[in-house]
Amino acid sequence: MLQRRSHLSTTFDLSIVNEIIDSLGCKPSAIIAILQGVQERCRYLPEEIFPYLSEKLGVSEASIYSVATFYENFSLEPKGKYVIKICDGTACHVRKSIPILEKLRKELKLTEKKSTTDDLMFTVETVSCLGACGLAPVITVNDKVYPAMTPDKAELLLRELREEKKDA
Amino acid sequence: MLNNREELKACRDTYEKLLTVEKKRILVCAGTGCVSSGSLEIFDRLIALLEERNIPCSVELQEDGCNGDGSADPVGVKKSGCHGFCEMGPLLLIEPQGYLYTKVSLDDCEEIIEKTIVGGECCERLAYQKDGKIYARQEEIPFYEKQTRLVLEHCGHIDATSIKEYFAIGGYEAFEKALFDMSGEEIIQEITDSNLRGRGGGGFPAGRKWTQVRSQKTEQKYIVCNGDEGDPGAFMDRSIMEGDPHRMIEGMMIAALACGASEGYIYVRAEYPLAVSRLETAIRQATEYGLLGDRILGTEFSFILHICRGAGAFVCGEGSALTASIEGKRGMPRVKPPRTVEQGLFDKPTVLNNVETFANVPLIISQGAEWYRGIGPENSPGTKAFAMTGNIENTGLIEVPMGTTLKEVIFDVGGGMRGGDQFKAVQIGGPSGGCLTTDHLDLPLDFDSLKKAGAMIGSGGLVVLDSSTCMVEIARYFMNFTQNESCGKCVPCREGTKRMLAILENIVEGKGEEGDIELLLELADTISQTALCGLGKTAALPVISTIKNFREEYEAHIYEKRCPAGNCQKLKIIKILPDLCKGCSKCAKVCPVGAIRGMVKKPFVLDVSKCIKCGACLDQCPFGAIEEVV
Repeated sequence: MLQRRSHLSTTFDLSIVNEIIDSLGCKPSAIIAILQGVQERCRYLPEEIFPYLSEKLGVSEASIYSVATFYENFSLEPKGKYVIKICDGTACHVRKSIPILEKLRKELKLTEKKSTTDDLMFTVETVSCLGACGLAPVITVNDKVYPAMTPDKAELLLRELREEKKDA
Repeated sequence: MLNNREELKACRDTYEKLLTVEKKRILVCAGTGCVSSGSLEIFDRLIALLEERNIPCSVELQEDGCNGDGSADPVGVKKSGCHGFCEMGPLLLIEPQGYLYTKVSLDDCEEIIEKTIVGGECCERLAYQKDGKIYARQEEIPFYEKQTRLVLEHCGHIDATSIKEYFAIGGYEAFEKALFDMSGEEIIQEITDSNLRGRGGGGFPAGRKWTQVRSQKTEQKYIVCNGDEGDPGAFMDRSIMEGDPHRMIEGMMIAALACGASEGYIYVRAEYPLAVSRLETAIRQATEYGLLGDRILGTEFSFILHICRGAGAFVCGEGSALTASIEGKRGMPRVKPPRTVEQGLFDKPTVLNNVETFANVPLIISQGAEWYRGIGPENSPGTKAFAMTGNIENTGLIEVPMGTTLKEVIFDVGGGMRGGDQFKAVQIGGPSGGCLTTDHLDLPLDFDSLKKAGAMIGSGGLVVLDSSTCMVEIARYFMNFTQNESCGKCVPCREGTKRMLAILENIVEGKGEEGDIELLLELADTISQTALCGLGKTAALPVISTIKNFREEYEAHIYEKRCPAGNCQKLKIIKILPDLCKGCSKCAKVCPVGAIRGMVKKPFVLDVSKCIKCGACLDQCPFGAIEEVV
């Protein structure tokens, strides 16, 4: 069912999952919240959690997997340290959001299929609407909103984020 | 903890008095828009500057007054909800004068304190200006002047994170009235008489929904608030949740009282982290004061509220998909009946309304159905909040009485087109809505007349488009959205939208064929009639309405391979002007497909059949010898 990812050989520390289950309650209806909790901590859903959650919650592994793949916010692949979301809502779209996306992809050598850089620093994805239409076009970096973007401003922002990485 | 009605009243009185102590108030907009342009830093700076000057300032309403030492009156510095005028942010509202400062920066704080707070004068350079006229006070600004803000009345005027301020302006009064003075039937009667229609888009009468839930014999019932708001270009629900969360919670409590429910859920999309945290704060505060929980205010009524975060699925805005998602399943719609009012969340009778609908409820209970019916047309009373965006001067959040014409909304409130461009169309109601044109400018905006015109209020997103927008591209954009968001359960939506999208993509790429328009209409008809849920049923509306109103644009794309708006990249032709070309070969070097050839120092030639119109050569030419022809 799950594609095995060979490059992730380290076993995942399941105590994180236990903490999350303890705070949200061990019931099948909490599954989305639990997965959200895991993703907030790990930036993706490691495959090890599926059999574990299945046993804990008494729900089949397939149905947990079906939830994880249905919702757009869940990722089974590791995401970058900086998740850049380009809003392509109607307002941003008519104020030219696509050139920003293209610029970022070009700068980071990403494509529609490949959204995360190899060094796991950046993930670039589009979202349907962030609800900040008055400031269109908008992008977010790890949920921080950057208003009135242009391709040039996006390039500058990338440079700043890279500098930050060096400082860290 | 409030134990009875008297204590609630006393509490309200106390905070009302405390609010009057704060004679001067600075309300810093803390909506998502202004926060992202730095309003929280401004908030901190203002407090620091006041402290420097030893002017007492209060961030929370202070029980002991704060000027107990006999010093000057405290200045209230508050984080308020969205003022709506997002384009001009960060915004600051100064009371009691009602000055609205726009595009405030950190450097302006000093002057604001000195001139306005200490001196009482207006900093005119920060006020809104148009055509050389300065509008110092908020209510004078044309953007606000034509609005009727009822649901949004507190957004921007009170501290969004303080239940005390909500008490101070008469908060939970409607709930108190409903709890102690009205029976469940009476509450429902009032809502039915008001003819409040669901603001989620469909316009289903709220009173009828509540009656159906109340009449169910089941013990356990649920109140669910739909705060999913996935429509691109809509953010009114977000602003209510962020700016006045107690108002919506109060509406849910009244609904619970009327229908006999003891548990409720607020489903908020994950893209709204600020709304989630404000709601969490509000629920915590209401619970601390004993307004949520067991035996509320000493009565038999108990009610608790949970927040459920969405995980990025547009279809979860649909009732049965939303309840499935709360239950921890894939958010897929199901066949109805049974309807949500009979078997909703956890198969129990459920009232499911959207944020704006619940926010209307306290108003109706306090002011009465008759008063409410006096606003707007008979069949769609009340006001409607719209999120106005696109190529318009004043983008932002507005609220007007139902029945206001499109012209008034766009040109009076919206200030007309940005940069004086020509109005072309307005896309209303997101992916479920349609396009309206200049012919519809006198159309009153309400549920019924929009439906007649082939559009719908939907979530209330108004995206204003100017002449540079290609309508076929807009139709393609929405179809792409619906196709991505289709849950895949029913064939018409899953396969039909895919087919429609492919045709539209062909058309904008210049590969459209004769018969495409007819095929699109036929597919649209089939999908609308056979899809399982509202998402599928309305998916074709943007296509139908753009074909109906802008058929000639489709025809130009298909038959002349031309985009009249000059927007479609693939339909552009790139030319090298031989007179200007100096033969430097820069263009040929960057061309990724080798479409440009020539001898150095002689004019180069571009092979149109090879050209992919990427535009790389355009940026490279130092002589302006390459041009794009529409």
